[in-house]
Amino acid sequence: MGIHRGHRARPAEWLAEKFIFLVSLTAILMVFLIFIFVAREALPILFGQMNSAAARPAIPAKEMDRLKPEELREYLGLTAAEFKQLDKEALQALMEVREEEAKEAPKNPDAQVNTTQWRYLLGPHQWADSRPEERYVWQPVGRIHKYNLIPLIIGSLKTTLVALLFSVPLALAAAIYVSQLASPSWKEWLKPAIELLSGVPSVVLGFFALIVMATFLQGTFGYESRLNAFVAGIALGLAVIPVVFSIAEDALTSVPRSYTQAALALGASKWQAAWQVVLPAAAPGVFAAVVLGFGRAIGETMIVLMASGNATIVSWSLFDSTRSITATIAAELAEAVFGGHHYRMLFLIGAMLFVVTFLTNLAGDLIMHRLKDRLEGRAK
Amino acid sequence: MTAAPPKAPRLDFRSRGFDFASFAFTGVTGLATVFILAILAVILVNVVWHGWGTFSWRFLTTGMTTAAGGAKDMFNAGEAGVLPMIIGTALRVLVMTIVVVPVGVITAVYLTEYAQSTAWSTRIIRGAVSNLAGVPSIVFGLFGLGFFISFFGRGLDGGALEPHWGKPAILWASLTLAVMTLPLVIVATEESLRAITPGLREASLALGATKLETILKIVLPEALPGILTGGILAVGRAGGEVAPILFTGAAYYMRDLPHSLTDQFMDLGYHVFILSTQSPDIEKTRPILFATVLALLLLTLSLNLVAVLVRARVRRKMRAAH
Repeated sequence: MGIHRGHRARPAEWLAEKFIFLVSLTAILMVFLIFIFVAREALPILFGQMNSAAARPAIPAKEMDRLKPEELREYLGLTAAEFKQLDKEALQALMEVREEEAKEAPKNPDAQVNTTQWRYLLGPHQWADSRPEERYVWQPVGRIHKYNLIPLIIGSLKTTLVALLFSVPLALAAAIYVSQLASPSWKEWLKPAIELLSGVPSVVLGFFALIVMATFLQGTFGYESRLNAFVAGIALGLAVIPVVFSIAEDALTSVPRSYTQAALALGASKWQAAWQVVLPAAAPGVFAAVVLGFGRAIGETMIVLMASGNATIVSWSLFDSTRSITATIAAELAEAVFGGHHYRMLFLIGAMLFVVTFLTNLAGDLIMHRLKDRLEGRAK
Repeated sequence: MTAAPPKAPRLDFRSRGFDFASFAFTGVTGLATVFILAILAVILVNVVWHGWGTFSWRFLTTGMTTAAGGAKDMFNAGEAGVLPMIIGTALRVLVMTIVVVPVGVITAVYLTEYAQSTAWSTRIIRGAVSNLAGVPSIVFGLFGLGFFISFFGRGLDGGALEPHWGKPAILWASLTLAVMTLPLVIVATEESLRAITPGLREASLALGATKLETILKIVLPEALPGILTGGILAVGRAGGEVAPILFTGAAYYMRDLPHSLTDQFMDLGYHVFILSTQSPDIEKTRPILFATVLALLLLTLSLNLVAVLVRARVRRKMRAAH
């Protein structure tokens, strides 16, 4: 009897299995929801439906009857509920106000510009206050909100670059030492000790960079601005070290012991076995570690927010104050008007960030899986 | 009489002379390891050194209001305490744990006990879990605002002018953190489920228990340490996270403690951020800043340490089982 026990014989078991399966889909659902709900707020900008121009062309109040109700509502920027409550006279009055405003507006050519268009997001522009120079400006304050993404992208890349240059060599060397050279009893201690670094919250690393490290590093290297991409990058590196270390150590440990033993038996020294046999065999894993470290670094918020100085300057110097994508979201979202163009712009850069980290994670994961399959002899 | 066994030739590789390359290689990589640990030690010693003086029972149990009901200067070391932040952080972490542990454990049970490892659905679930682990924390903050507050909360309010649900609250911050820590719980539970010998399950099934009974009465109790590790790791991680709660519930300043899950809260990590960036006089704030960091580090690091110890035990058991 027992072996061919059908599902129908045990409805409770069947139900439980389906329930467990459904709950396990939560993770998939969440990844979807994150993408949908972050991207949703950014869609109007993506499709060019947002207009941030400070002064929009006014329609004479006399011509109100020529507009359809829907056009009129949009022109006046009212919600459907508000629109219903107003009678014709009130609407006429609103249109007159708009006309007056347009007449009194200063003759600033920038006021006509819809700054949420892609050419202003990515390309330089001759702003009235920067003539005759073309500039990349992120400045979502005042009358004309400028949303050029280039300074933020450069800021994120600069801090990430410093973080990787600082953390990858250190973490890799430590991973080689712990996985190949340390004695097993030391390994038991060293691995959790280094991973304890990931237990330090990023706000504490940011605090440490801001209060202690910034002064120390400025004294040592003697640069001008106390908070800059360099300080933020080093602190960011501290957050990246445990990520790169864990993955690289995992990859190096998964290289079969027999590789090392064979190399040693052939007369290789410990150094040659680790450097010329184990490391090449685990190379894809090491690469994955760097890729995932990049994803961690570019998505980190608090450290960069606290230690980079937060000036949106376009500069490739590591010692200039810098603003990253993540820090911009954290610093500006609270002030942005709900549903306005600034609000949506911050969601847009958040969605960009999500896509970038999604792709780096996917790549890192695929590489790790391939590597493990190959080392365990499951490759086709 | 038996003859004495032939003596094995003694091999001695060490007699080849000093291997300088290996020595240098070990030295460089070992130094890198020591350097990383030294940085960790410098951070910890620095925080303890400067924070210990202010870190007292009074500091931990004082709120934001004076006995007369007035507000205290939160940047002044002599006056302020961190009780509201400790309560806020504890509350949000507690609610998060209640949500994330059941979902995480059930997902892990599915992945280890039911799923076929080659099925496409299993692969997608695994992919989603590892992807979720890599989403930047600030994006979780945006998600919490876009989904929990403006979509879900405002939906519950149904267009009321004075929002009850559709505003930052402990509840939304906790749910956002639950989504963020889900992968931690899944991975830790899965690891401990895999550490259980298949023989235990087979014995239970052979005695006539159903699969569900085996999981509930044999497998899960056995995996309890691993489940605990996952929960502890999640609490340790979420306890120090600031970016996801910036827009979903953390308050700059509140006179009173939160009364319900729809209230905002003050938070230890966010308070560290405020004290280090917003203080009008950083020298005066410094002692209280270091003491607050010390409180936060004690919370997260002690939890991580416990998780590491439990995990080491699980791994030893796993090696013994296979």
